[in-house]
Amino acid sequence: MSEESQRTEQTERREPILEVRDLVKHFPLTQGVLFKRQVGAVKAVDGISFDLYPGETLGIVGESGCGKSTVAKLLMNLEAPTSGTIRYKGEDITKLSGRALKAVRRNIQMVFQDPYTSLNPRMTVGDIIGEPFDIHPEVAPKGDRRRKVQELLDVVGLNPEYVNRYPHQFSGGQRQRIGIARGLALRPEIIVADEPVSALDVSVQAQVVNLMERLQDEFGLSYMFIAHDLSIVRHISDRVGVMYLGKMAEIGSDEEIYEHPTHPYTQALLSAVPVPDPEAEGRRERIVLEGDVPSPANPPSGCRFRTRCWKAEARCAEEVPLLAIPTPFEKAESGVAHPSACHFAEERAAVVAA
Amino acid sequence: MTLLEVRDLHVDFHTRDGIVKAVNGVNYQVEAGETLAVLGESGSGKSVTAQAVMGILDMPPGRIPKGEILFHGEDMLTMSKEERRKIRGARIAMIFQDALSSLNPVLSVGYQLAEMFRVHQGASRKEAKAKAVELMDRVKIPAAKARVSDYPHQFSGGMRQRIMIAMALALEPDLIIADEPTTALDVTVQAQVMELLADLQREFNMGLILITHDLGVVADVADKIAVMYAGRIVETAPVKELYKAPAHPYTKGLLESIPRLDQKGKELYAIQGLPPNMAKVPDGCAFHPRCPVARDVCRSELPPLAEVGEGRGSACHFWKETLGE
Amino acid sequence: MTETLNVPASASTDPQPAPPGKDAAPAKGRSLWTDAWRDLRRNPLFVISAVLIVVLLVMVAFPSLFTSASPTVGDLTHHYQGKPSYSHFFAEDWFGYDTQGRSVWARMVYGARASVLVGVMVTLFVTILGGIVGLVAGYFGGWLDSVLSRITDIFQGIPFLLGAMVVLTTFTKSNVWVVIAALLFLGWTQIARVARGSVITVKQSDYVHAAKSLGASTARIMFRHIVPNAVAPVIVVATTALGGYIAAEATLSYLGIGLAAPTVSWGVDVDSGKDGLRTAPHMLISPAIMVSLTVLAFIMLGDAVRNALDPKSR
Repeated sequence: MSEESQRTEQTERREPILEVRDLVKHFPLTQGVLFKRQVGAVKAVDGISFDLYPGETLGIVGESGCGKSTVAKLLMNLEAPTSGTIRYKGEDITKLSGRALKAVRRNIQMVFQDPYTSLNPRMTVGDIIGEPFDIHPEVAPKGDRRRKVQELLDVVGLNPEYVNRYPHQFSGGQRQRIGIARGLALRPEIIVADEPVSALDVSVQAQVVNLMERLQDEFGLSYMFIAHDLSIVRHISDRVGVMYLGKMAEIGSDEEIYEHPTHPYTQALLSAVPVPDPEAEGRRERIVLEGDVPSPANPPSGCRFRTRCWKAEARCAEEVPLLAIPTPFEKAESGVAHPSACHFAEERAAVVAA
Repeated sequence: MTLLEVRDLHVDFHTRDGIVKAVNGVNYQVEAGETLAVLGESGSGKSVTAQAVMGILDMPPGRIPKGEILFHGEDMLTMSKEERRKIRGARIAMIFQDALSSLNPVLSVGYQLAEMFRVHQGASRKEAKAKAVELMDRVKIPAAKARVSDYPHQFSGGMRQRIMIAMALALEPDLIIADEPTTALDVTVQAQVMELLADLQREFNMGLILITHDLGVVADVADKIAVMYAGRIVETAPVKELYKAPAHPYTKGLLESIPRLDQKGKELYAIQGLPPNMAKVPDGCAFHPRCPVARDVCRSELPPLAEVGEGRGSACHFWKETLGE
Repeated sequence: MTETLNVPASASTDPQPAPPGKDAAPAKGRSLWTDAWRDLRRNPLFVISAVLIVVLLVMVAFPSLFTSASPTVGDLTHHYQGKPSYSHFFAEDWFGYDTQGRSVWARMVYGARASVLVGVMVTLFVTILGGIVGLVAGYFGGWLDSVLSRITDIFQGIPFLLGAMVVLTTFTKSNVWVVIAALLFLGWTQIARVARGSVITVKQSDYVHAAKSLGASTARIMFRHIVPNAVAPVIVVATTALGGYIAAEATLSYLGIGLAAPTVSWGVDVDSGKDGLRTAPHMLISPAIMVSLTVLAFIMLGDAVRNALDPKSR
């Protein structure tokens, strides 16, 4: 990680706002009705480290079951990690509780995937967006709240007169704007967005992405943008991490990941994305992976990806590849010099349609 | 003879809020061996049209006041229930988005596959089972023989979708309707399933109607595209031409709103506004409130689907302008 | 942190659909409860049920307003006079006389006290107790849920008759409150189960996660987010169970372990009335009408409240 932060020019002189180290979350599998005994664990997140810098967007991509949503829940303190640390401005927030946790929560907020379940159907929009002020009364004096709620509605592009309406009276895109307004209310520094546009209609997705980018500039927010849509992640992210089965497979700047991927999983993922251009489609090589993602309750030994990897050798089953800049590329000038957890990392031409 | 021809199809729904015109005069054709992609957002009427073709529309509240659906030249809407039932599953098959809820959880997949042969072909128990294994092989389910008695929940999402494809293929239909077949799957699995579907289509020379909202998936496999908006087809074209030069502002907006490399750091192009409420579709061209080129005529006059080139149509008053830019 | 938001002059990018007429009124802060109350006042179902319930409650409190006859003093000259004079509104012989020459109407009026008390009190206590158990078990989960759920199972497993006998024979004398205690003892598990299931479903919603990540207290999450969204099935079960409790009181009376004469209750009268079903059906029908009306009123009330608490139904 440290080499990584030295290299990236724009982040060179800044301290990370969030440092995640060796984060692990295992969900126990139990049997029995009254006396529960543990029979195993779902290794949803299994040793993940990354940094988030002020004002940047870190994209996290991966398929279902890779643990990306669990990472979001851990960052939000909605789940307690099995081990590992999450430092916000140097302070480990996994150990906090009570008043100290509440104070930190003001600075880290979340935008959820499904705008239909993330708003309480029995609260008015005014109450939903105003709730952060009820919980943190120090942010806005009582008489000021209503005005603040209306300002927030305006900021996210909704009519401020909508305060007395209920969520079901809005469309998906409008609801997601309400969710974003709630996330902004406490003026947080970090927003964790878990698939914020994937439940929306195609023509509305771009509106919400634009809104999020505008708000980032306006309020100097740092984003953790979790999604499975690679093209949207590329558009919005400064750096991108690729997750597979609870581990980070590869991490780097958007250019390093999209132009110079060295991990076979990243290459396969990029090549599999359908490109809306029939002519480019013919020109690129598609890597079709065999089989499905293994169960996180029983992940393969060594490299997690080896069961679907065309390069896998005996070493991959024995030795867990570390997330580091691969030795052959340490001195490389081009974008290949970024951390990649593969024993046989190499570049591969024509995986991405230009 | 054309395999399937939909002519001026209308579908209404009677709801508490009044009559919702979900499909408003849709026309399309599919030939044997051809893939037609029907592209649209939620509420565009793309799935309702397919349900009407398949004959699985809930009626009531649905109603087909007007239109013809010709299968091998015969109008299915005037057929008896019994005749339609014989076509359904055997000659036109459907694949749904959610494979898990389309399979019966308490019956083994082998049993569910075998049932097709027993009901439609009167095959014996043993024959049917052998055919089920053969089908599972064909859709590339590893160790088909060993897994034939497994239950749906024991398969992964991608494998379940393969089983759905096997079921659709069982009776070697002439036409397959796939409603968002890969939307619920992961990207790497999506590629596998689409490839399988395309291979099998070629092998059996079937017609395929692919219903999707994903411009990327369409580009990959379709021969021609029909873009739907608010219950109407707004543009039809061979796939390559549509991507190269869209003739309707809605299609154009959709294509431009996909993040591209050269747009990095800039604002994404976004179609303004929201998809229409189907109970209150705007007058004139339904897209006019969101359209960048809309003028007075668009607010009052419904543009017909005009021929704008060989095998291409656009329902825009200003298609020349849209194409020309 | 206290600086105000930097608001662009016109950030609105959504076309704004015209607000519905009633929302055009000067926008004042509204909440689920004020909206629900506005909705209820306009709901005829609620108005009818509320009027019925108020009349019943007045009957419970001041039975003498409705009849001058005594429910316990009989005049044997009227013995079994089975012909009710339905035109004599509120008169002593409005619904005829029973075997012992007592005014059936007076017994209907005076019986309200025991029956409504049993029905309403049991429903109230069962909802409170079952609701708390279900909320705690469902919300906190873990070992607390395991323990509470097993206790619920045990109570659920007690046969009605056996359970009632045990409770009622423990007390030396049997009055309305003992019957209420017995029914509460046996009835709370039903609500606890419904409430627990409903709470577990709601607990997993993203809006609960959202509230947690805002730093909301447990009490706020429970009472702002979970209870309003989990209460609907509980209301349905509770209001339909109310009739069951009134009937259960009758069953216990019949078995001789519940209320007994000289206590006046609809249950006691339904029980004694069924013997003369062929010769004097009015003795059964009259108290049965009261039971049905009461149950209907509460079910309608429950339905109206449940609808009012669901913004989608408006």
